[in-house]
Amino acid sequence: MTDTSSRRDFLKMGMAGASVLPFLRAMPAAAQGSDTLVVVTGQTINSLDLHRTGTNRPSYQVAVNCYDRLVSFGTKEAPGGGLSYDYDTIVPELAESWTVSDDGLVITFKIKSDATFWDGSKVTAEDVKWSFDRAVSVGGFPSVQMRAGGFERPDQFVAIDAETFQITLDRPSKLSIPDLAVPVPFVINSAVAKANATDDDPWAMEYLHTTPAGSGAFKILRWSPGEQLVYERNDNWVGGPLPAVKRVVLREVPSPATRRALIERGDVQLSFGIPDKDAAELSELEEVDVYSTPIENCIHCLCTNTKFEPFQDADVRKAVAYAVPYEDIFQAAAYGRGAPLWGGEAEINDIAWPRKTQYSTDLDKAREHMAKSGYPDGFEVPLSINLGLASWMEPTALLIQENLAKIGITATIEKIPGANWRTAALVEKRLPLHLENFGGWLNTPDYYFFWAYQEGHLFNSSNYRNDEVEDLVNATLHMPVDDPAYAPNIKRMMEIVLEDLPRIPLYQPALNVAANGSEGYEFWFHRQLDARPLAVS
Amino acid sequence: MQTHTYPRLRAVLLRVAQAIPVVIGVVIISFLLTRALPGDPAVFFAGAAADEASIAEIRVALGLDKPLIQQFFIYVGDLLQGDLGQSISSGQPVASDLANRLPASLELTLTALVLSCGIAIPLGILAATRPGSWVDHLCRVLVTAGVSLPTFFTGIVLIYVFYYLLGIAPSPIGRLDFIYLDPDRVTGFYLIDAALMGDWETWIGAAKQLVLPAITLALFTLAPIARMTRAAMLTALSSDFIRTARAAGLSNRKILYGYAFRNALLPVITTLGMVFSFALGANVLVEKVFAWPGIGSYAVEALVVSDYAAVQGFVLAMALLFVALNLAIDLLYTVIDPRIGFAAK
Repeated sequence: MTDTSSRRDFLKMGMAGASVLPFLRAMPAAAQGSDTLVVVTGQTINSLDLHRTGTNRPSYQVAVNCYDRLVSFGTKEAPGGGLSYDYDTIVPELAESWTVSDDGLVITFKIKSDATFWDGSKVTAEDVKWSFDRAVSVGGFPSVQMRAGGFERPDQFVAIDAETFQITLDRPSKLSIPDLAVPVPFVINSAVAKANATDDDPWAMEYLHTTPAGSGAFKILRWSPGEQLVYERNDNWVGGPLPAVKRVVLREVPSPATRRALIERGDVQLSFGIPDKDAAELSELEEVDVYSTPIENCIHCLCTNTKFEPFQDADVRKAVAYAVPYEDIFQAAAYGRGAPLWGGEAEINDIAWPRKTQYSTDLDKAREHMAKSGYPDGFEVPLSINLGLASWMEPTALLIQENLAKIGITATIEKIPGANWRTAALVEKRLPLHLENFGGWLNTPDYYFFWAYQEGHLFNSSNYRNDEVEDLVNATLHMPVDDPAYAPNIKRMMEIVLEDLPRIPLYQPALNVAANGSEGYEFWFHRQLDARPLAVS
Repeated sequence: MQTHTYPRLRAVLLRVAQAIPVVIGVVIISFLLTRALPGDPAVFFAGAAADEASIAEIRVALGLDKPLIQQFFIYVGDLLQGDLGQSISSGQPVASDLANRLPASLELTLTALVLSCGIAIPLGILAATRPGSWVDHLCRVLVTAGVSLPTFFTGIVLIYVFYYLLGIAPSPIGRLDFIYLDPDRVTGFYLIDAALMGDWETWIGAAKQLVLPAITLALFTLAPIARMTRAAMLTALSSDFIRTARAAGLSNRKILYGYAFRNALLPVITTLGMVFSFALGANVLVEKVFAWPGIGSYAVEALVVSDYAAVQGFVLAMALLFVALNLAIDLLYTVIDPRIGFAAK
């Protein structure tokens, strides 16, 4: 449903009753009543189907708002105000209940009997199977994310009867059920999809790209790529509490200055993903509520690549860690939004992650470590940053460069275009010193370690390898969190990497959202807008 | 009549035929240049967490695993069928993207140019007839200010004053406030489409949205037009035929508009053509500030992510537009100055 929906449909579908039609366009204020919310964002939605090749991150919100998963996460109070999803609570969405076999290998879901798709047909286990088969078969990001939960092949999914769906795992894992609550395994109306599938396109990628067919809380009323997306409430939604607003208009406004003027004036009710600087300044205004939620399991790091000879020296890495001007970076690059990750205790007593490291800015200690190292006279190194993320990387890199110069390390800043960054930093892993911002969707430390500290894994851009860490991550990745061995193993892992410092944590970034006239905003790990809990205030 | 139209028609056809090698050149160059862009689209679009296998799958899906020459022939083959390919970043066919966005840019640019001409040409004429007077100085100050203020800055200042402080301008969120519906699509120009429907509410809504970005862009394009008008008028006014006309006792008005201005128009039209083409490409910043869904921001975003089809489509569309523009300007020459023959070109 792109521009093809006619204006008549649009009006008929609930813009207003026929009696007020002639006046509607003349009275913008009338439409901004309690049933419509206007949201602005700087990002552009390029597909309504998350599984499609080339679908960008902002488009994931369509999977959240228009489709249901079997399960979802609960809600809790967020640090920094507002609400947040709760990783530790799994709540039903399409599933009414589920059971896990004693060996942890078979999960059986009972699907809500009153769950229907938008076209009125019943949501069946067959639809779930078809959708899951699609997610593991299409390749690319969806399949990678499915594998994280242990879902690799269609034969793992069985529709026992219309309302019973069963998953068989190759090994029990604590990540499996949470991985069913991420945006990827969403349930599609398979009858509609199959009717629009072709031999070349068995998964109806072309059709679902522009025409969602789901059971979710919102339908898509209009989509003009690059301009706007209009959600309309599905009154028959059974996946959770019915959204308070009837319509959510999502407008794309690229300029942050314009977005700021709009939210300050109150002409839009929510500005999603605002820059840290605007968040800091808007939070001082009476009428605007700013939510700055530290992003779970995400750390902005300075990475020291072990391929680069001087960084093989533990003293050099420590010297760098003591030279970093943490507070200045946190203020200049993040405007104080997010959470500091320096100046903590060396002793690790809990398994909270991200955690404060034992390092803080201490140039004397840094110089001591340099003097002890194999490079007392310093060396030259390029410090690489991603131009696509220049807003925080550039000020951070400049501040680091300045302090490294004080301990004899001459860093030259190398700016790499966004399109090349992934290849250089993550695939070839060839950048000696660089900034990195990995965040894991599944919120356990072992998941972060799996991606960022295990050898050969994508976000281990430092080429780090430590045999003990390899074993500890393998042991803990699928282990239940309440296993007695879990906490000691995790503590040991943290101890090692904070001593070895392949990644020097700088701070935990925040996702900033400003509201003026709306309430109920909830932070999600996927960092996209969940329109379902929003209400006009 | 017939003898008059035929040579002109033939000349037009000849010019169109001459454009064909240009277009072929543009197709080849744009293809090669996009391939020379740094970055690997398969890696980029596979997403951050993708592994080698999924990147390879995506490379195949995008047809990037084939040799370059084969990719080129596939591209040309599609092009001949009118298929510009699929933009990966917007997820839409490039042709439909361009069809949506080009009218938005054209509407903005043309409105800005009309506005700009309406101010710059009279100002230039006045400045030329009274060199050194306060009008001349005003003209100089205005154009210097216009050209030296970057468009995004002017745009933000205008939003700040007229929307944020005074509240008289509408929300700068694109071509229409969300409450209006897009007029039925005929030309893609909202003002024209709304007028065709007789929907004056929407027309006013679209016109209101257009005012600030058009002023922003007009300020920027004021300088070349005003300066060129002034210079061309000065040259014309000091030429022999004007002296003769003056000596013959013709009225000042007749001399100024009948002879001097008409002769001064040629360089002004030439400048206008150039200003139009650079304004169309250069209004990216205006588009960003006013959330205008135009072609400039589309091309820039496509470039950043190495979206080959979209970049090629944009370059090709611009090339065709330039060819058409130059043709139109040449035709205008012959209308303005009958001495310029078409055959000579």
